[in-house]
Amino acid sequence: MVVPILKQGPYLIATIPTALTDADLQGLRDGLVSQVGRCRSRGVVVDITALDVMDSFAVRTLRDVAHMTRLRGAETVIVGIQPEVAFAMVQLGLTLEGIGTSLDLEEGLTFLEQQTKRKVKDGK
Amino acid sequence: MANEAQIPIGSDFDIVAARRQGRELALKLGFHGGDVTLIAAAISEMARNIVDHAKKGEMTFERIQNGTKNGIQIIARDDGPGIPDVNQAMQYGYSTRRGLGVGLPGAKWLMDEFDIVSKVGKGTTVTMKKWLT
Repeated sequence: MVVPILKQGPYLIATIPTALTDADLQGLRDGLVSQVGRCRSRGVVVDITALDVMDSFAVRTLRDVAHMTRLRGAETVIVGIQPEVAFAMVQLGLTLEGIGTSLDLEEGLTFLEQQTKRKVKDGK
Repeated sequence: MANEAQIPIGSDFDIVAARRQGRELALKLGFHGGDVTLIAAAISEMARNIVDHAKKGEMTFERIQNGTKNGIQIIARDDGPGIPDVNQAMQYGYSTRRGLGVGLPGAKWLMDEFDIVSKVGKGTTVTMKKWLT
């Protein structure tokens, strides 16, 4: 299943479905990294509200997304981590260090606005 | 769905299927949201180990009882290359394939009981249990 990537102004939004294979997740990573360039995006929101479980592979791939898009000049924010998913991640010792997280899509977009504004102000 | 299920594991599609079936059985046995997600995460890690290291294997899920306690048992079995040093493999952060090295130790933390038997050239069997509290 290919995860659609939506363009919303300067941002890209990808909503992950309940269950996603490793290959689909890697496809999403590659799609986001290339679309950041094509759409000249400043930020990426990955919404994982529906995702059933975040295992080590999903965490590693999302970290890769964040680091790769940052190298391309766009910030990534992960939104919609459910309480049970957060609980399982903590139990597994999985962290999303250095990656923005927000409660939901709305908060995520606000977060990106702040991040990209700061970049402009700081001249970075 | 019966109180047990057996799933062949051979691709990343099977990882998703195993997670779903394990989740369904756990819900049926009376586990709640948080625990169901923990069980699904442990299944995911073990299924991925099979695909990555042994190419194929199988997982079985079944209901278990101990006195008045009910629970779920998950067995992940493969005939792959086996693990030369199980103690090392159980160390957090140790990985032979540039992974996070979280799979085995993480699954152990998620479950109540965890047992691993591995023989080089023969394969690996991981048995995990989670009890309803």
